[in-house]
This record gives sequence, structure tokens and C-alpha cells, in this order.
Amino acid sequence: MTEPTLFELSSPGRRGVRFPEPDVPKSPLPKGLVRKDLPLPELAEVDVVRHFVRLSQKNYAVDYGLYPLGSCTMKYNPKINEDMARLPGFAMAHPLQPIDTVQGSLALMYELQELLKEITGLGAVSLQPAAGAHGELTGVLIIRAYHKSRGDTKRTKILIPDSAHGTNPASSAMSGYEVVQLPSDKRGNVDLEALKAACDETVAGLMLTNPNTLGLFEENVLEVTRIVHEAGGLVYGDGANLNALLGIARPGDMGFDILHLNLHKTFSTPHGGGGPGSGPVAVTEALAEFLPGPIVTILEEGTDEVPPLYGFKMPSRSIGRVKAFHGHFGMMVRAYTYIMMHGAEGLRKVAEHAVLNANYLLARLRHVYKVPYDRICKHEFVAEGIWDDAPGIHALDIAKRLIDYDFHPPTNYFPLIVREALMIEPTETESKQTLDKFADALIKIAEEAHTQPELLKSAPHNTPVGRLDEVKAAKELVLCCWFPEKEEHPV
Amino acid sequence: MFLPHTDSERSEMLRTIGVSSIDELFQDVPEKVRYPTLNLPPALTEMEVAAQLQQMALANETTQDLACFLGAGAYNHYIPAAVDHILRRNEFYTAYTPYQPEVSQGTLQAIFEYQSLMCALTGMEVSNASHYDGATATAEAGIMAYHNFRGKRTRFVLSPGVHPQYRQVFRTYMSGYENLEILGDETEDDPMNYLERLEGLINSNTALVVVQYPDFFGQIHDFAPLAEMVHQAGGLFAVVVNPIALGLLKPPGEFGADIVVGDGQPLGIPLSFGGPYLGIFTTRKEYVRRIAGRLVGETVDVQGRRGYVLTLTAREQHIRREKATSNICTNQGLMALAATVYLALVGKEGLRQVAELCYHKAHYAADRIAQIRGYRVLNQRPFFHEFVVKCPKPVAEINEYLLDYGILGGYDLGQDYPALKDHMLIAVTEMNSREEIETLAEYLEEFAHD
Repeated sequence: MTEPTLFELSSPGRRGVRFPEPDVPKSPLPKGLVRKDLPLPELAEVDVVRHFVRLSQKNYAVDYGLYPLGSCTMKYNPKINEDMARLPGFAMAHPLQPIDTVQGSLALMYELQELLKEITGLGAVSLQPAAGAHGELTGVLIIRAYHKSRGDTKRTKILIPDSAHGTNPASSAMSGYEVVQLPSDKRGNVDLEALKAACDETVAGLMLTNPNTLGLFEENVLEVTRIVHEAGGLVYGDGANLNALLGIARPGDMGFDILHLNLHKTFSTPHGGGGPGSGPVAVTEALAEFLPGPIVTILEEGTDEVPPLYGFKMPSRSIGRVKAFHGHFGMMVRAYTYIMMHGAEGLRKVAEHAVLNANYLLARLRHVYKVPYDRICKHEFVAEGIWDDAPGIHALDIAKRLIDYDFHPPTNYFPLIVREALMIEPTETESKQTLDKFADALIKIAEEAHTQPELLKSAPHNTPVGRLDEVKAAKELVLCCWFPEKEEHPV
Repeated sequence: MFLPHTDSERSEMLRTIGVSSIDELFQDVPEKVRYPTLNLPPALTEMEVAAQLQQMALANETTQDLACFLGAGAYNHYIPAAVDHILRRNEFYTAYTPYQPEVSQGTLQAIFEYQSLMCALTGMEVSNASHYDGATATAEAGIMAYHNFRGKRTRFVLSPGVHPQYRQVFRTYMSGYENLEILGDETEDDPMNYLERLEGLINSNTALVVVQYPDFFGQIHDFAPLAEMVHQAGGLFAVVVNPIALGLLKPPGEFGADIVVGDGQPLGIPLSFGGPYLGIFTTRKEYVRRIAGRLVGETVDVQGRRGYVLTLTAREQHIRREKATSNICTNQGLMALAATVYLALVGKEGLRQVAELCYHKAHYAADRIAQIRGYRVLNQRPFFHEFVVKCPKPVAEINEYLLDYGILGGYDLGQDYPALKDHMLIAVTEMNSREEIETLAEYLEEFAHD
């Protein structure tokens, strides 16, 4: 069923909420600056609630079933996280209140910074960045500020492996750097010879995801970071895949200088249909002064009876602010809750089971789907969604057919170095039964691809809409709706 | 806890993989860095963690207990109950970016409606699916203008009436580009009167002029003449808005804005100590291919049924990599949903009513405070939400005093504008009763005469 838009549901005169009449005298409205028309819909509360509940039912969600989107870490989000973020003491605090009235929030932020330092093996953390890509921009600007502070102005390049997320080169370009792409070797690692050849006095740094987007641990990571450091560059870690390393290995110990974390992936804050995320940045002690700020610090040490006084401090050579206020505090509460419920042992179990689940799926599927870099994987793996003897079937068709089996498809067509990529990340919160059903579905689909390809081509079959015409969407560009009677309105 | 595995399942899985232990899955991690000892607090149960966080939350005094006169970019508005009930729908908050449109029509249609509402509110033609907040949306306007002129125009004029933190973020974002001039907001003797000064800075090298409406001081300017000047010089004109104010005020699309940005927090999003909020970004259709972030477009499926997809993705980082219009990937999906539900509930009449309540109450409060000896209200009418008060003593001292009486005082403007030392920015919304305003005035008076 097509759900009408809010504008189509609108009926003049309806109200969803009422407000009191003013309890003060009215002032004259500003002459010439009052708007004539406010083209918003008019609905009753029941209309609004039913509309959005009906819309919600058109979504697949991790609370419904497996959501194996590679690189996105769609793990189950504990419900307690949501309740904690909504405690009025947190949710109703204004960001600019005097610090002595918000010691609870500041204590939580300080402690989260400390937890993240310990988990990553790095020396300082800024919680300000709002998402992974925002953390990347922050990190690359720190690389730039670091070289500049040393008067080293000839470094113009950032090295990025060909398997990297698209945000890496985009963040580098936004920070004014030229991007040099590094090839991967046969085992899916960074090609060391190519790295050595690229490392000269113009290299500002390397952006490395470990495990990489093939789901493989960078076996030469210590060598890689050493080579970059010897050339005078810094190593940036894209923490998108940190879930595989919790309690297994710390980026700081592996030679990373800067790392962003995705609280919405690794630490279970929900993805919200595309955000909000939270992308704190951790750096070595040597880079602490470049972090964006202000960051939370202890202004006065506490005693046995009195807690410390927390406050804000701007790092002395900060790259500046990257966001208004203090970052996504609500996501910090959720991540803090999650970490506190796990402890060191629990976090290591998270990584171990994420890796166990991925390898189990890999073991069940590798005979049916070609896996180009076939070795023990970490939290995810990448298979090819194509067979020479099933002409015309693509990764997209497999993805859409999975929907018929009631699963969310994996990430497809990324990373770019695998043809017709299907990037599968089950996460640790899935049971063997779920993984078995998923593997069975993929095996069945592989069979269908050879025997009844039209089933894949025409999938999905039971969704509110079938495959959509993306060419028409891009060509006609209908980007907003209007009241039916307002067709003459622009767009 | 959150791991469903049993011992026998684990063994079976390891057997299928062909290894004898989980450790064998990590042999590729160099031994010298493998299995660090993490010095973390012992794991808590849900019951214990809930108690601990409750304690931390109780250590805060918040707008729940205090009469709030603090704004400066984050506003205490009423949030209708239905908003959070919708946000708590698992199908919305535990979904990801709608990459698979057939199973994401809920998110996609909600974003499409969000885009429509933002266009309606700002009077513009195109809205993206959101940015992180008002500050980063403002910075993205800078990046868009830079690329619009292919880096050839290097002057960016910022009004001192733009939120100070937005201007800081703008500078951070633009710091990767060499040889730019970012100017106009040097705070001189009179930061509240800047229109003429801004006009003097517009030239043929100007890529972008950014103003705020109402500005950081609450002032409502007619920016039409300034917009006209910017356009004559061939530059772009960006306006930072407060979405509640647009329930009452003429939308920037009617006075020449090329880009409208702002923070959507006032639209049903809790204060939450500063985030997550919502970055609004709308523009004119001719710039649609330069816009950053996600866009949802309407189309049809194979059977001709209406549906929605992410569109013009060729602008984005996952396709264009280093040539993308921005690096943005994750946006504020759920916060955009909050704003959409809020606007659907309050509707045409409700938003106007909220805006008028804020307007009348702020003017009432200003009149009331202007009568107190020792205080002076600097704003000429009209203003919205906020106004500037010159105080007889340092703002921090006054706020400490007010706090003892359960009042969260205004923002200390001296922090950002040296010329406005001892000036307080007082915010009033529909949440402030007349009684609260009277109490504020009484204690301000009492303090001045203590």
C-alpha cells in the first residue's frame, strides 16, 4: 500500500497539538517581516502517529532480524542504552550551563574519554566529532596541523589503500591533500613495496583501516606503520572496523597515531536510519595538543569525600572546533553504558564472537561463493556475487533475492577491488541458528541463480515496493512534495 | 548478555571453520601486540549500570528543575509526547542508512517529507537529508561556495551576528584550503551593528556572505538589500536560521538567500547537553548538484507504484571519493525524523503559535527588565527569542546568584565579544511562564541592589 505523504493527509483546520494562550500582553509583530504563508500540513495527533507507524512498518531493522551490512557493524542495540540517554538529568541539560551544574554529564564524558584511551592504547581523546567521516576530517586536519607546527610544509600527500572507505579520500581532499592510492597485495594486505616507493618527504600520512574492508587483518601492520613513521608521516586509523579488535590488539600499540571510533558501530549506539552517529578521535600523547576542543578535563582533583571538579579545556594548539557544543552527548551516554556493562573481558568476547560468526559464515559459504582473498577473516568477509556459469546474475540480484528470504542484504559493490562484491558482517549478536538460516538462504539463492535466474532478477517480491527506477529519480529530481492545491509552488 | 552462543554451538562452529579454538582465529595479529591487558572497571549488570547512571544524571541540575533563560543556539521548547514515541519505534532507530530502498521506504519517505518541510519553512527549493548540526551545516555552505567558484573567489564574509561557535567551526572546516580570507566578524566596538560594515566588504572576490536571522543577539534584520548587493557582486548569500522563528518571519527564500542553514534542535529535539541535534541545509535548485550529503527523490517501482530512493549519489564520497562534494556519510536521520514528526504535529497553526508565544514573552521580559535600574536592554525592536541586557555586574556573578533561586540565567556575551563584557543574552520561549519572567526580574533587581 502506498502511504500518502503528510501533505496529502493534511486537512485544513486540524491540529495535532495545542499551546496555551499567551499569559503576557502581545507586542506588535515586526512590520514587513512577517511571513504571509506557512505551507505546513494540518493533521490530528492520531493522523500523525498512524502515518509514522505505517511508515515504520516499511523498514527492515536490526530489531527485526539479521542486518549483515559489511563495514556498518549492525549489532543489536541494548535497550538500556536508550533509557539512560533519556534520563531527564542528561536529556534536559543545556549545553551552556555553568559547569558546576553539569558535573554528572562532565564526569560521564571524562570517564568515557578515559575508557576509550585504554581501549585504543592512545593518549588523549576528543569526543566532539559527530560521526566517522567527521572524525576523519578532524584526524587529517590534525596531521596537517602537526606538520605545519614543525615548519614542514612540503608534505602534500596522503596515502590511502585501494580498499579504503570512500570517506578517506574525501576527508583528505577536504583538508587540502592530494590522495595517492596504494594497491593491495595478493593476500589483501597493503603492498609493502608500493608503500615504500610512495613514502618520501612529501608524504603527510597514511590512512589505514585495520582490519581492512576485506575483513582481513593487516598482517604487516607493524612494518607498515614503521615505514610511514620513518618517512616522517603519521598513521591515521579508520576505526570503522574496531569491533574485531576490542581486547585483541590496540591501535596505539600497533603504531597508529590517530584513530577515530564509531560509537554507533562498535559501542552499540543505534544507527537511527542513518544517524546520529558519534566519531570521537583518539591520538598519541604527542598529538594531544592538536585535538579539537574544548575537551573535558579535571580542573580540581577530588579527595575521598569530594569528587573532582570537571570542566573544559581547549588544547593549546587545537585545530579548532569541529562542532557546536560538546559533540553527540546522547550517543556518549549509550556507549558509556555499553562499555560499563562489558568490562575488559566482555569487550574481548564481543570481538571474538564477531570474528567467530564471520568465519563460520565464510566456512559455510566459500564453496558456493568465490572469496577472492580466502584466509581467516576478522569481523567480515567479501565474496563475489557473480558466477561465470550464471550469466546475467549480479550481486544486486542476490541482494534483492535475500530480501525474499526475510534478510537484509549485505553491503554490495564495495570494496571496489572485488568484482560484484558482497560484503558480509554478521556481528557478534547473531546466533548460530540465525547464521545457518542466512547461509542456507544464500546457498539456495546460488542454486536458483543457475536454475531459475528470473527469481533473482525480479526480486524482491514481497516488499511494499519492488525495484525502483533510480534513473527516473535522478533525471526528474522530485525532491519534495507539496499540498495538492499548491502545484504551482516551485519544484 | 548480548551474545546468544552456547558452548556446544561455539564448538560446532569452530569445527565447521576447521580450527580448534577461538585463539586460532587471531594468529595473524602480531604476537607482541596480541591480547593487551585492558585496565577497565569490572563489568556491571544492567541493574547496576542503571543505578550508576541515574546517580550521574542526578548530579546535574537541569531545565527540568530550573527556570531556563539560556539559549545561545540551544532552546528549551516543549516536545509533544508523540515525538519520542515515534523515535522509539525499533524500525526507525535500529535501521541503517536506506541503501536498500525496497526495505527502507519508511526512512526514505520520512526523509522526503523532512526535505519538503524544510523547503516549506525556509522558502527554498531543495533540502538535503541533514547535517550534523547548525555549525557544520554553515561550514558546508562555505565548502559549497568555494567549489561553486572553483576556488577562484577567496573571500568569505561572516557576520558577527552568526553564532560564535558556528564561525569557529566554519574556520576549522575551511582551514584545509590555502589563501582564503575569512573576515567580517572581527568584534569591534559595536558588534551588534554590522550591516554597513558587511556591505563594505563585498567585492568581486567574495564567494559567500553568511548572516544569521534572527541573529545571535536576537535581532531581526531585513537582509534583502544586503542579499541584492551580494548578488550584484556575483557572490552567494547564506542565511543561518532558527526554524521556530520561521513560523512567524518571512522565509529567507523570499529575500534572496542562496543557501539556508540552521540547527533543527528547537523542532522537537531535547537539549541533551548539546547533541545530537540537526543540521538544516536548503538551497536553490540550480545548486542541487553541489549540495553535500544525502538526497531522497521520488520515483516509481517496476509496477509503477510511487517509491523513494537516495538520488544523485554520484556527488557522494562512496562513488566520487576524493572528488566528492563533501566527506559526509552518516547524517542525523533520527533527528530529522524528530523534526518531521514535530512539524507534522504542530502544523501550520501550531508553529505560528509557538513562534508568537516566544516573540511576545521575550518582548514582555525585555520590557520588564528594561525597567530595572542598573540594567539596559540593547535591542531595538523587533527581536526573537533573545535580547541583550547590559548588566551592572559580571554575568557569571549574576548567574550564580540566580541559580540559588532556581533560575538558569542567560549567556555571558563577554566570552565571545570583548565589547559586550557584562552583557547577558537572555532567551525566552513558550516554556517560560509570566511568573518565571517576574521572578527573573525580581532577582535581577535584588542582585543589583544588594
